[in-house]
Amino acid sequence: MTIDDVNKLATLARIKMSEDEKNEFLENMESILGYVDIIKKADVSGIEKDAGKIRNVMREDADAYDSGTFTDKILASVPATQDGFVKVKKIL
Amino acid sequence: MIDLKNLTIKKAHDSMIKRDFTSRELTQAYLDAIKEKNKDLNAILEVFEDTLIFADKADKKIKNGTAGLLTGIPFILKDNILVEGKIASAGSKILENYIATYDATVVKILKEEGAVILGRSNMDEFAMGSSTQTSAYGIARNPYDITRVPGGSSGGSAVSVASDMSLCALGTETCGSVRQPASFCGLVGLKPTYGAMSRSGLIAMGNSLDQPASFTKNVEDAEIIFNALSKYDKMDMTSVPMEKRNIPTSDIGGLPMSDVGNGEIKKIGVPRSFFSGGGVDKEVLKNFDEKIEALKKVGYEIVDLDMPDLDYSLAVYYIIMPAEVSTNLSRFDGIRYGYSAEGKDLMDVYMKSRGQGFGKEARRRILLGTYVLSHGYYDAYYNKAVLLREKISREIAKAFEKVDLIATPTTPTPAFKLGEKMNDPVAMYLCDIFSAPANIAGIPSIALPSGKNKDGLPLSFQFMAPHFCEDKLFTIGKIFETL
Repeated sequence: MTIDDVNKLATLARIKMSEDEKNEFLENMESILGYVDIIKKADVSGIEKDAGKIRNVMREDADAYDSGTFTDKILASVPATQDGFVKVKKIL
Repeated sequence: MIDLKNLTIKKAHDSMIKRDFTSRELTQAYLDAIKEKNKDLNAILEVFEDTLIFADKADKKIKNGTAGLLTGIPFILKDNILVEGKIASAGSKILENYIATYDATVVKILKEEGAVILGRSNMDEFAMGSSTQTSAYGIARNPYDITRVPGGSSGGSAVSVASDMSLCALGTETCGSVRQPASFCGLVGLKPTYGAMSRSGLIAMGNSLDQPASFTKNVEDAEIIFNALSKYDKMDMTSVPMEKRNIPTSDIGGLPMSDVGNGEIKKIGVPRSFFSGGGVDKEVLKNFDEKIEALKKVGYEIVDLDMPDLDYSLAVYYIIMPAEVSTNLSRFDGIRYGYSAEGKDLMDVYMKSRGQGFGKEARRRILLGTYVLSHGYYDAYYNKAVLLREKISREIAKAFEKVDLIATPTTPTPAFKLGEKMNDPVAMYLCDIFSAPANIAGIPSIALPSGKNKDGLPLSFQFMAPHFCEDKLFTIGKIFETL
């Protein structure tokens, strides 16, 4: 991993980081990946590529709430709102 | 004066029914204890102002004869469990002003039972840590030695119970976040089967691993809380319907405890090579061996288990968890709720809100998760970890064909010094090495107090059981308490 990779990851993750922190992170990553790399030795032949037993089970949203029931509650925690909408900065 | 030190749920319940004291008096006793002790321990972030109203409601239930075992029982909740109308910050600056809009299912049940919710407790930011030192609201301290960590991530909940600021507490587990602080603070920590207690209303870290878990002073209390909270919930898509669980269910306050399950236990398995590879404190190993001998003496057969795949558990966890973290924590963007920084455009708002709002460990795990899920590394890390998770689960299932329970030490060492391991993430991660198998496989596990070391620090012994065999953990736990 290089500092360029860290820059890319920080942008992908939408996290602004200082140069110092990126360097520190690069060091941490090497030791963490050094540890988790032990999984490369493991033999997983014969294990199916299956989601496993632990998985989300979707259900029909049959008894949905009426539109607007929670609007005020939800908007109360939004940093910026206007006329019942969430307000954001320009995208382009 | 109520003797808080020796109080249990059962004793408190009996005392309130006999009118020795009221829920209001009990609650006030804990509020006084918090006032006196919390400034040194920093375990509790907020005491809720309506606590005594809960207590008065409980007293009414006791008077009119509708009280259950949890009625009037004071609880502290970890700061990532939603209570409607209260701040839930998950120990993070990014949620410093977030007010929950609904009750977590476990909170809903506690309220229905008439429990008293005292407040919310300190934790590692977003439950990421093993020492409660990554909280944005200051470190919590171990009541046995305030120069040491209480463990984490549910450290504040553990300290609250260990220092008699609450009778019991809820935390959450993703990998050892209740058993490890229970171990460091001399408590019983129960991590139930994944799918037993609802995750609805828990601030998510790793969904395939997260779950509520309890801190209590004894096994009977852990059983009482488990019986109340272990219920199917349609709001949690991984909640397991009752008919698919293999133990009888009992209503809290209804049937006597002995009617819950019939966990006959004969053989206890010990995967010796899993924890004898070095790095484990000598006193911890000695204590473990002494307890194994004591278990033999009371008639259990100890079986050596060869479980080589367990060695991969923590590495698998440190791939799957950050992958889920990077996905889950993308919702904190400065737009919908929580901390929001000014920026020149939308991207700038995201980058600054997340850069300033998340602490170092959260940023580290988000980036690590982004990496293991990125094109080119996905197969080598995430996919391999998912397969290995299945392999570990099979190894554990196979072991349970031979033995009824698996035993290991809970943690490699007793509580360590504040500041230690903070600059070495892998050393910190290794604190949970013995916790990982149960979380990876979704099986229940209990951490039990196992005496103290020469410095007076608590030691802990861990049992794991097959899915939905919590009854076996309670049975062995009660016997273990008498050894």
